[in-house]
Amino acid sequence: MANIKIALAGNPNSGKTTLFNALTGSSQYVGNWPGVTVEKKDGILSGTKDVVIQDLPGIYSLSPYSLEEKVSRKFLVEENPNAILNIVDGTNIERNLYLSTQLAELGLPMVMAVNMMDVVKKNGDTIDFAKIAKALRCEVVGISALKNEGGLEAARKTVEMAKKSVVEKGPGKQPDVPHVFTGSVEHAIAHIEETIQGKVPARSIRWYAIKIFERDRDVIKDLGIGVGEMKHLEEHIRDCEKELDDDAESIITNQRYDFIKNLMDKALSKDECRRNKASLSDRIDKIVTNRILALPIFILSLCAMWWLAVAEKGPGTILTDWANDGFLGDGWHLPFTMHEVDGKDWDTAQADFAKAEATVEAWEAGEKKASVEDEETGEVSEEWEIDEAAYEAAKKAEEPDPGQFGVWVPGIGAMIGGALEKMGVGDTVKSLVVDGAWGGVATVLGFVPVIFVVFLFLAFLEDCGYMARVAFIMDRLFRKFGLSGKSFIPMIVGKGCGVPAVMAARTIENERDRRMTVSLATFIPCGAKTVIIAMFAALFFREQWYVAPLMDVIGIAIIVLGGIALKKTRMFAGEAAPFVMELPAYHMPTITGIWRHTWNRLKGYMLKAGLIIFPACVVLWFVMHFDFGFHLLEDEQIDQSILATVGGWIAWILAPLGFGTWQGAAASVSAEIAKEQATATLGLVAANMEGASTAAHITNLFGSMSAFPKLAALSFMLFNLFVPPCMVAIAVTFREMGSKAWGWFAIGFQLFVGYVLAMSVYQIGMLIAGGGFGVWTAVAVLVDLWCLWMIFRPARKEAV
Amino acid sequence: MTLNELEVGKTAKVVRLNGEGAVKRRIMDMGLTKGTEVTVRKVAPLGDPVELTVRGYELSIRKDEAAMIVIRG
Repeated sequence: MANIKIALAGNPNSGKTTLFNALTGSSQYVGNWPGVTVEKKDGILSGTKDVVIQDLPGIYSLSPYSLEEKVSRKFLVEENPNAILNIVDGTNIERNLYLSTQLAELGLPMVMAVNMMDVVKKNGDTIDFAKIAKALRCEVVGISALKNEGGLEAARKTVEMAKKSVVEKGPGKQPDVPHVFTGSVEHAIAHIEETIQGKVPARSIRWYAIKIFERDRDVIKDLGIGVGEMKHLEEHIRDCEKELDDDAESIITNQRYDFIKNLMDKALSKDECRRNKASLSDRIDKIVTNRILALPIFILSLCAMWWLAVAEKGPGTILTDWANDGFLGDGWHLPFTMHEVDGKDWDTAQADFAKAEATVEAWEAGEKKASVEDEETGEVSEEWEIDEAAYEAAKKAEEPDPGQFGVWVPGIGAMIGGALEKMGVGDTVKSLVVDGAWGGVATVLGFVPVIFVVFLFLAFLEDCGYMARVAFIMDRLFRKFGLSGKSFIPMIVGKGCGVPAVMAARTIENERDRRMTVSLATFIPCGAKTVIIAMFAALFFREQWYVAPLMDVIGIAIIVLGGIALKKTRMFAGEAAPFVMELPAYHMPTITGIWRHTWNRLKGYMLKAGLIIFPACVVLWFVMHFDFGFHLLEDEQIDQSILATVGGWIAWILAPLGFGTWQGAAASVSAEIAKEQATATLGLVAANMEGASTAAHITNLFGSMSAFPKLAALSFMLFNLFVPPCMVAIAVTFREMGSKAWGWFAIGFQLFVGYVLAMSVYQIGMLIAGGGFGVWTAVAVLVDLWCLWMIFRPARKEAV
Repeated sequence: MTLNELEVGKTAKVVRLNGEGAVKRRIMDMGLTKGTEVTVRKVAPLGDPVELTVRGYELSIRKDEAAMIVIRG
């Protein structure tokens, strides 16, 4: 016997996701509905092997307007599910039943699971299931998905009904469906049913007839109802409209709600004393969406997110450092097991040994001074004079054994390197595996802590209901440039990482708005981009402390101005999408819920990243260490590498930006793999520059690239911050856009912005600094004027 | 009088919905139909949108969408 397919349908915020998770556990599969960027989830019902639960997107109705509704309708009428499990929020039952009446009209066996019964009971309300079951011709049970009560039973009941109907199905048998409309409307529907007899499966004939009455264009087209036939039906419809003094769609909607109201008068009794008392959600909202407090509270939560993800001493950074240096790299001490040896702690012992090594190296090279540099900025952190005595003493220094300072866990990188050495593998292969291949994997995994923290925080905010309030608060601002408050969330997320930011755009229903948000979301400097900002601020802009925060301001400015400009173009112009949004009651999310939410996203990220970043890093390692003759090169010979040669071929493109050399090109290209690679690559490609430290190398590199090194550095920073994001984010952009053409549009737009911004700053900066007026200065000015026109021209009036 | 003109805290009954297409349908789908009672709960901190209480739940719509809804106090 074939699979049983159960459709799980219900309003957003009805607890559907919690129920779905409870029913399918870890057998879930998450993808997209074909051709659209709407998430598709299905899974096998726990305890069965062949019952598929198809989760439909949360919808309020089966109208033909939004993507989610269309996708759901298509599934329900074309894919022949055997039964429907309709989840209804018991605390909000009137509005929820509006969808239920429509589902019931499809004629499929249906079980209604009234969720949140625990809250209903606590509120002192009672719901008469029997009356509802009779009115809607379906089974009705009560459940509490959060407390894991009743969900599985409801699903099993649905399966029973599905199996029964499979057995009993006769050709053209018309099932029992509710009749919710009044005299003349029912009359018209009956006529329509006669006309479409045979064109549709018998069990759904009523649903189709009602849709035609509403003049649903999609249905009329799909059924191939001719103009002549329609004209005949129009007469009936118009009669009703005249009689009830309203249009067909409104008549249907009103009568549905009237029917529900009557039903509720009989089946729902609310506790009178609670009726006027403010609920907990209301009390929370009194503060959270308060006229005065809302914005400060919101900014506070943004700061919390920022602190979690990228703050220097925050959990995100601690985890990232541990992951990069410790877990994946050399190794780490188990917490609480560290102690001192000989009066020194681990960090001091390492530092002392590094100094000894530097002394030995310097003396043997004939120097009189030795120095050590700071790992992150590449600058000299300490310098001292050396003599023979110091040298002899330094030679005797022993490398500290980490195991003596606490319980030491070797990092994976060190273990791989160690294993290879034991196997007697040559240096080249060792470098390929440890630096290239493992380096690639480590780059992917090194991101995971930040992304994990961001996802976790977001999942909490989304699941508890706060995100809707964020959209509510910020909507007015975003209206100004054609988006809605919902577009704000991806931008906040982008401060941590662009990958989840682009994915967060999914919640935006309007396709145009979604596409615009996806194109703009990554202009906010993410965690990786912040690494670039930090290095450049330290190297070139010590006195100009404002440069670092300026990058965030520029990011926001690009989003706002870019949004305004895009809204005026033909492809994005049009009526603002309606912003009609439910503000769900707050509730405490469950740990399993948040975890699953977070894990799904994280898994997707890691897979994508693994498939893209890993091979890219291996390739990068290869082109950095080999020349065209496939000879392995020394570090200082990097200017003979494939990377250098190819970089040289394309460097001229970057010339107007002030860093048109193979080093500038190489660093920028590597930044597309992962933004923080730019800093590491700069260090490598500058290896043969003058200077005693990495910092000096890089400073001199920029000095060699341009007569205005600070300007070139600024231009380099702007370019890498505002062109398309890293490869993984680009991949996600393509997916969320849903079509290759739109993906390329976003990339092209971002490339344009980053390039023009860097070029304008460099060229006009040069002009101001006395570098003269050249061809490129003119080009920069002209392009800037065009951009200003795109932003400030009058908006198009006609909707497309 | 239209819904956007209703003061915070006041309740009214929906008389008619102007407008057409997706916006109107959406507003009706969410329960704002003829004869429904609606209360203005609050206005967002930046002045727009407004939060309404409809059929026992909280709904947020923009002022110019509320302007499509004719009410009687």
